[in-house]
Amino acid sequence: MELLLVLALPAAGAVAFCALGARRDAPELNVAFSLGTFLAACALTVRVINHGDQLVAHEQFFVDPFNVFLVTLTAFIGFTTSLFSRPYMRVEMVHGRVTAGRLRLYHSMYQLFMLTMLLALTTNNMGLLWVAMEAATLSTVLLVTLYRTAASLEAGWKYFILCGVGIAQALFGTILLYFAAERVLGAEGVTALLWTHLNAVKSQLEPAVLALAFVFLLVGYGTKVGLAPLHNWLPDAHAEGPTPISAVLSGLLLNVAIYAVVRCKVLVEGSFHFPLPARMLMGFGLLSVVLGAFFLFRQRDIKRLFAYSSVEHMGIVAFAFGMGGPVATFAALLHMTVHSLTKSAIFFTVGHAAQKAGSQLMDNIRGLITLSPTIGWGLMLGALAILGLPPFGVFASEFLIVTTAMREQPWATPILLVALGVAFAAIFGRVQPMVFGETDARRLPHAPALLPVFAHLAIVLVLGLYVPPYLADWYRAAASFIGGP
Amino acid sequence: MNVLEPSISELVTQLLEVVAALAAAPLFLGWVNQCRAWLSNRRAPSIWMPYRNIRKLFDKDAVLAENASPLFRIAPYIVFGTMVVAAAIIPSMGTRLPLVTAADAIALVGLFATARVFLSLAAMDVGTAFGTLGARREMMVGFLAEPALLMVIFGASMISATTALPAISEHLATQSLGIYPSLAFTAIAFTLVLLAENARIPVDNPATHLELTMIHEAMLLEYSARHLALMEWASALRLFNYACIGFALFVPWGIATRTIDPVGLAFSIPVLAAKLAVAGGSLALIETMSAKLRVMRAPEFLATAFLFAVLGLLVHVLLGS
Amino acid sequence: MTHLPFDLQLLNACAALLLLLSFAMLSQRRIVSLVDLLAVQGAVLAAATLLVAWRTGQGHLYFSALLTIALKVVFLPWLLHRLIRRLQVYWDTEPLLNISGTMFVGLVIVVFAFSLAQPITQLASTTMRSAIGIAIAVVLLAFLMMITRRKAMSQVVGFLSMENGLFFGAMSATYGMPMVVELGVALDVLVAMLVLGVFFFQIREQFDSLDLHHLESLKEIE
Repeated sequence: MELLLVLALPAAGAVAFCALGARRDAPELNVAFSLGTFLAACALTVRVINHGDQLVAHEQFFVDPFNVFLVTLTAFIGFTTSLFSRPYMRVEMVHGRVTAGRLRLYHSMYQLFMLTMLLALTTNNMGLLWVAMEAATLSTVLLVTLYRTAASLEAGWKYFILCGVGIAQALFGTILLYFAAERVLGAEGVTALLWTHLNAVKSQLEPAVLALAFVFLLVGYGTKVGLAPLHNWLPDAHAEGPTPISAVLSGLLLNVAIYAVVRCKVLVEGSFHFPLPARMLMGFGLLSVVLGAFFLFRQRDIKRLFAYSSVEHMGIVAFAFGMGGPVATFAALLHMTVHSLTKSAIFFTVGHAAQKAGSQLMDNIRGLITLSPTIGWGLMLGALAILGLPPFGVFASEFLIVTTAMREQPWATPILLVALGVAFAAIFGRVQPMVFGETDARRLPHAPALLPVFAHLAIVLVLGLYVPPYLADWYRAAASFIGGP
Repeated sequence: MNVLEPSISELVTQLLEVVAALAAAPLFLGWVNQCRAWLSNRRAPSIWMPYRNIRKLFDKDAVLAENASPLFRIAPYIVFGTMVVAAAIIPSMGTRLPLVTAADAIALVGLFATARVFLSLAAMDVGTAFGTLGARREMMVGFLAEPALLMVIFGASMISATTALPAISEHLATQSLGIYPSLAFTAIAFTLVLLAENARIPVDNPATHLELTMIHEAMLLEYSARHLALMEWASALRLFNYACIGFALFVPWGIATRTIDPVGLAFSIPVLAAKLAVAGGSLALIETMSAKLRVMRAPEFLATAFLFAVLGLLVHVLLGS
Repeated sequence: MTHLPFDLQLLNACAALLLLLSFAMLSQRRIVSLVDLLAVQGAVLAAATLLVAWRTGQGHLYFSALLTIALKVVFLPWLLHRLIRRLQVYWDTEPLLNISGTMFVGLVIVVFAFSLAQPITQLASTTMRSAIGIAIAVVLLAFLMMITRRKAMSQVVGFLSMENGLFFGAMSATYGMPMVVELGVALDVLVAMLVLGVFFFQIREQFDSLDLHHLESLKEIE
């Protein structure tokens, strides 16, 4: 029942906004739909806590500790982003960067995007997972090009083509998976692609085919995670789209994509004992961390800066999942959570800052503290949080990951540490003048909607200091079932 | 069957093949020209015109340049000789011939290559600009066509596991009809190579008089009388031979296989005539429908031929057909 | 050589034809011809699906073939032709490599694809398993086409050709995916094309051309 609500509300919203998206109170309506989705997700979580794993609708949907917390996280960030987008898009309309028609498109695509992500998270059918991931890309392509500038068109085109090609590889991987499954489960049609069934028989599936399938799936879904060297679309899409979309892409889409990768990894690892998935994940993860960190130095656009930071953090998550084991997986799940919250918070402040300064180039943004203390402090704290300063949650997860690496993969530790250090220097060096620099512009006329920012940062802080027991139990349950060597 | 003691009928067949090739080649050429004329709504000269042409040339006195070397005088005979030998080892009427042991397809390619080399050398011998031009172009086309032809032969031989032409023919002739995609690709490749090697449109226009666009004709500019007659005859023979190779590789039905009895022989001659008629008509059709390529596009054309041949090979390896 | 039954021969012929069409698309310069070749590819795909459906008696394949015809032979080519006419983009004459070079790279790719398909071919139990290599080859050739082309329209055709190859692979390895997945994939392709249509107009409006040269200004390092 709750699951139905979780999926039906965004769907209804998407349809409704086709007609109503340009009304004056459309942003409020957006908030309402998102709030409804979030409440339904909470109810679903409660049910899973009480009754364990849920198989719904003839086993088409599967909710377990791993994806239920992601569902709640997605709904929560969807809700707070809709809160942020309320005043933000209004200001954008006043500045003339969006028209009424485009606002309609924006709102309906936003809800559609939420729907596709929730569908991808809760479906049990690997084929439907693919369909939902592709639909998620499609629903955001037109949003990236919302401003119709030359750069945004280029960003949208790259996004479309790169993710499209990547996802075609993932389709091939899914076909191979189905092929391997069919030999064991028989061609009963739909059940051969159900994750729960595949999980039950995973040791009987052909290793050679599964290895090939995993490679294609990793390349395919990895493109959407933004793993280097397939990350080219990420900085452009984040920089050129409207800020709420950047927040949602960074905070949510990357999570869902890595969720898909991990689901596949669980299947493949059970089939043979050569650690190919683990090695590949670690390799791609490390490459992303290093590339992300080093590219940070050359960026002049603030959103691109934080987009590369997303690449880097997703690399850390991938590396941690690759390492496997209870601690690393726990840390990876924690990192996914805190990264989404922090990155979206940062994008909220960055959005307001860029709106105020009228430009996204970091050289043009100065003295945010004097312009608007809330934005200034928000950006400062957000940057500190994402850089892994204690007591924020990112520090806890990074600490766990690095210590596990020191124990299990010592060769990777110096690379990780250097990259993290480089990232620290780059981001801090950029953020400091932006927040504390000299400026002679006037204060913002309207109060920015920064409640979401501080809410996110507060949660991250709390998670850094004290992970609530039910959350810890969740993570542990998910970690144990994700397994690993 | 003992190769050292060929039966009478086999010897007769062998002789008959060579004689038929010599006699029918100019007729084939005339037929192609006739079809082309029909397709372009024009009136062609009579079918027997090439014979008259050759006879006229034999009656004339040869004129040689002062600085022509002996190579220039010998080349026509060599070229003609290789074409006759090729005609002898291509199975057009029967597959059990005395020269079977020599009839490897790669040797055949070697014979054609010999003819091409001597032709080009002779063209460059006298030192004229157009001769050298033609020779250079001919070598470029040949250089690209030879690998394609070899690939075609390899492709065709994959199915019968031998490169001996009569064996390939026999193998295919005794199979029942079926769709072989690899053979289809190889056949297309072979057609392209045929067009290139025989100086047909779209690679070269056999009826052109513009020296700058010539490939094959440019090499014959310096020849006269009996030398020119032999060269022309050799060109006609070459086309005939290529057509017969095509039949042997791809449409060998009607050939007298295994023992050669008079009935089988008598049956194979009209079948050959019919195949030649159809082939001539198709060649004319292709020529009429295509435009001549610019010379620098010829390598692309041959690359396509090579591609088709390799594709045929790969498809056979993968699909087994 | 043992003889295969006639319908299997036809299936092999369809597979070979698909490969040939991929190469033909690689060498085509006229965009209208590209779209027509894509339509023919879709038709061959549908024919192969019908043959397999007839041979194995799997009902959902008939439906699948119908869907293929409706989408890939009728609707999408029509949509693309309309776009071509309205955007006035007819030629794509500056590829990255010349035609001969592209063909040779294509050949190498085909060999690679065949070798990649070996383990799967050995394991499959369908009648068409030998065609899996061709499916992978079609996908990789379409990918090559996407990389070496200049105009946005050619890249889109390459993308659709890749989908065709994947569909053929699914059919030859596992008699197609479950129906719900196939419907989802078809829906995705449809929506992708519609989004693209809108996209092209936006690009055209901004740049006055669909040459992808204009879309190369954003750099990794500024």
